Amino acid sequence: MSETKKMTNERPVYAFNRKIFCEGMRDGIPIALGYLAVSFSLGIAARNAGLTAFQGFLASLLNNASAGEYAAFTLIAANATYLEVAIITLISNARYLLMSCALTQRFAPGTPFFHRLIIAYDVTDELFGITIARPGYLNPFYTYGAIVLAAPAWSVGTALGIMAGNVLPLRVVSALSVALYGMFLAIIIPPARKDKVVAALVAISFALSFAGSYLPVVSSMSSGTRTIILTVVISSAAAILFPRKTEA
Amino acid sequence: MTHNNFIYIAVMALVSYAIRVLPLTLIRKPIKNQFIQSFLYYVPYVTLAIMTFPAIVEATQSPVAGAVALIVGILAAWFGASLFQVSVACCAVVFVIELFL
Repeated sequence: MSETKKMTNERPVYAFNRKIFCEGMRDGIPIALGYLAVSFSLGIAARNAGLTAFQGFLASLLNNASAGEYAAFTLIAANATYLEVAIITLISNARYLLMSCALTQRFAPGTPFFHRLIIAYDVTDELFGITIARPGYLNPFYTYGAIVLAAPAWSVGTALGIMAGNVLPLRVVSALSVALYGMFLAIIIPPARKDKVVAALVAISFALSFAGSYLPVVSSMSSGTRTIILTVVISSAAAILFPRKTEA
Repeated sequence: MTHNNFIYIAVMALVSYAIRVLPLTLIRKPIKNQFIQSFLYYVPYVTLAIMTFPAIVEATQSPVAGAVALIVGILAAWFGASLFQVSVACCAVVFVIELFL
């Protein structure tokens, strides 16, 4: 890696560096393409929730969260309370809390505070993944390079999904509506392959989620509430039964 | 009571940003508590799995197409396809199956 001799006196590791910014943009291209496709399908969910194209654009621009936005849109469609929307956003984005905890360790001492505020804007599975995969202290401009492509793709895609959802044939909408689930699977399946506990949890979650949508009492709850309760119960049980070794 | 979409969006944005910015600004040390650490580690997998199934089967015109998309998506991801590839594979499967159903 060419960035290893960064701690020399001339330029700090967090300083703007055109080459690193361009590397971020390069790595951001496939992410932006994926976002465009997936957020398009998110737009279909937003349209069902009664959002206009502008509102969908705004929601995606400000949230940058696939599962979180999707879950919130589902609740909005059901005219849920603001509190419910806040809770489902919290739960379905809880993983970003963990990612931010990991990222905060990688800031070089002396990095200006505002970089933390900007990086926090777009901590997503993919951007976190490429950022954390780089060795050593992070140069925020690498992540910014990826963000300038990924964030617009995400919000524009959502708006397009809302607009085109009205125009496209039903069959195409039906096909596109699974893009988001494909993205979810791409996030959960690779770790499940490596870790048997995660694999078992995914299977159990599928089963309980399925059962929950048919069981009396439970199925009468809104799907958002059900997601919150099942997530907390299953994850807590797993954390008690299979605690993770620190710094695994 | 009806709700305002802009307030919904503001609530979502506020929570999403708080989740990300608080650890980045407040926590400078690793989380030591093993339960919280484990809980946070498992949450994404559990919550995404719950949201995927059975919803994927209900999202398509034909439940069979959704079910096949689920299986194809799992297989594709298992064998290392990227996020974009998995998404496209799921869409393609649904589109093709629904041509025949």
